[in-house]
Amino acid sequence: MSSEYLFAHKHILGLDHLSVPDIELILNTAESFKEISTRAIKKVPVLRGKTVVTLFFEPSTRTRLSFDIAAKRMSADTFSISASTSSTTKGETLADTARNIEAMMPDILIMRHPSSGACHYLAKHIRTSVINAGDGTHEHPSQGLLDLMTVKEHKGEISGLKIAIIGDISHSRVAHSDIIGFSKMGAHVFVSGPATLIPKKIERLGATVCTTMAEAVSDADVVMPLRIQTERQNDPLIPSFREYATFFGINRQVLQTARPGALLMHPGPINRGVELAPDVADSAQSVILDQVTNGVAIRMALMYLVLGGK
Amino acid sequence: MSMVQAILLKNGRIIDPANKLDKKGSLLVEKGRITAVFTARQKTGPLPKKLFSIDLQGKWVVPGLIDMHVHLREPGEEHKETIESGTLAAAAGGFTAVACMPNTIPVNDCQSVTRLILEKAASASARVYPVGAISKGSHGKILAEFGEMKQAGAVALTDDGKPVTDSQLLRRALEYASNHKMLVISHSEDSGLSRNGAMNEGFISTSMGLNGIPHIAEEIMVYRDLALADYTGCHLHLAHISTRESINLIRQAKKNGVPVSAETAPHYFTLTEEAVKGYNTNAKMNPPLRTPKDRAAIIKAIQDGTIDAIATDHAPHSVLEKDIEFDQAANGIIGLETAVPLTLALFRKGHIDASRLVQLLSSNPARILGVEGGSLGIGAEADIAVIDPELHFVLQEQDILSKGKNSPFIGARLQGKAVLTLCGGRITHNLLSP
Ligand SMILES: [Zn+2]
Repeated sequence: MSSEYLFAHKHILGLDHLSVPDIELILNTAESFKEISTRAIKKVPVLRGKTVVTLFFEPSTRTRLSFDIAAKRMSADTFSISASTSSTTKGETLADTARNIEAMMPDILIMRHPSSGACHYLAKHIRTSVINAGDGTHEHPSQGLLDLMTVKEHKGEISGLKIAIIGDISHSRVAHSDIIGFSKMGAHVFVSGPATLIPKKIERLGATVCTTMAEAVSDADVVMPLRIQTERQNDPLIPSFREYATFFGINRQVLQTARPGALLMHPGPINRGVELAPDVADSAQSVILDQVTNGVAIRMALMYLVLGGK
Repeated sequence: MSMVQAILLKNGRIIDPANKLDKKGSLLVEKGRITAVFTARQKTGPLPKKLFSIDLQGKWVVPGLIDMHVHLREPGEEHKETIESGTLAAAAGGFTAVACMPNTIPVNDCQSVTRLILEKAASASARVYPVGAISKGSHGKILAEFGEMKQAGAVALTDDGKPVTDSQLLRRALEYASNHKMLVISHSEDSGLSRNGAMNEGFISTSMGLNGIPHIAEEIMVYRDLALADYTGCHLHLAHISTRESINLIRQAKKNGVPVSAETAPHYFTLTEEAVKGYNTNAKMNPPLRTPKDRAAIIKAIQDGTIDAIATDHAPHSVLEKDIEFDQAANGIIGLETAVPLTLALFRKGHIDASRLVQLLSSNPARILGVEGGSLGIGAEADIAVIDPELHFVLQEQDILSKGKNSPFIGARLQGKAVLTLCGGRITHNLLSP
């Protein structure tokens, strides 16, 4: 990656709009920032005087903490706002909330919202840089990027790898960003799960759909189970967690069919005993905590780059 | 709006399929009625002395357009539209009559609401034909009072917006409506399959992370509705048809003699689900915009008569319902002021001729609803639209007369427009220089 490559994006709305050179630049930048978190004094003045606001319309501990730590390690001032979108309480509209925050001159607005496209909507209404921390069932770009970083770190290269994503593909913004990201970087993404949770035409996003989990996991270099819910918005999706664990849960036996040295990943939080057997989650193959560590580095890189990389 | 005793529309192209006429000529209006039609070769004969004469220079003279599927929002949601603003928009679009859907607040499910609508409509810029609810409150449980609503002035029945899920209820509605000679209109949608859906289901919904509405949600209910019409022998009208398989089902049913008619809306033959990209809430409606294959099937059906009418499903909303997150935004777009240019595009591309266009937008809706209009015959009420098929314009938000500005065509270059509208001889819209 040439260091002269210019990052031209003001907003990070999804992996959909990032090119391969964009992604490489983000991964390389994150790699160089990762070391900062290992120092005794974990702070660099790169974003000193900058204001970062996190606006979360959904509960989140980890993603929000990760963005917060990332911003503070770059010396930015951070503020967080929790809001609700309860449709029964006629509150402020999203545009009004955003304009109010913008009037206080922040440099970056990081938002999580239950509606797909909410960050795109925001980016149209305000001038501040927007980073999508998860919009509905659409995308979760920083998670997708930290997954790419983690795989690249352990495997050296992403191109040519077999990535198995198991579970609720329909409602997982992580799965969407991962499918787009890994495909763009030349990996082969296989998805499997209850057919009720595989969205129409997902193959056009770059994924191969497998009716059995065994097909997807067999010889995979990366196995990633997703968090599961039994029901969403009155839509019956799976009969029970128990049945799900039996047919789609990742346990030691299943994991053994993957390629030796395969990585086990999970976007968290884990339902232990449902999509992931407890002993596997803590096994040597698990890189789940590396994902969390890399999350901070990726988010540092994103904030740095959207503000011009200076 | 002004009332002149006599108006002569000179040198137009008179297109009146109800009287098998498509000729250059002039048309005389006296005391609110059409009193003479002269083709170019005929002499105009004796004319009244006080005459307002307009030279149309070849523009089209057609029977006033009739939109059989409009949401006027009054009573209850006057911030979106009123009978006054909605009929002003209608007149500007060349419409002289609109049938208004009952999903107001309260629902038009009894004679007092029907009367209220007609009282407000007395001073409106177009004729208003109230459509009553099939079930009380459109809750899909108990039949509404069809007979009393008819006496009060309702012309048809529907639970539009709330599909009738109970097949027995729709069957009873068809049977009972036949006593009162009222048209039943079905919004055909399997609400289980469409639950939580925000756009057509397919690759675009998946890539945008939006819940999809599969095309079968419409087709399954179209099939049921056709079966009910066949079984009861009662006429059923299918609203806003949007998919290829619905078209196939209707075409086959018509061949088999099932008493059915169907409408589509201009957006279904103009746009596809692509328009939703970028989370454009002005491309969000129910049924949703579909695929190019569906659009092609709709156009074919408009040509071959499977589709009988073009109705706009004019659904005004304010920014409060539209300038928000996509999944939260209301369904529907305005349509009265864009129906003419969008339908003319079918004419220009050679899909339909001018007479067919007039059938779709005027004479067929009149026949299906069982109302006056749709004809330029001598003695008919002077409900007339003059269309300039050559007029180019860019649709600007500030030019829209509807209170709702929720149109995916804002900023689009359009061609063809109503330049003069007469309703009962009264000028309700006039872009021609005096
Ligand atoms: Zn409807």
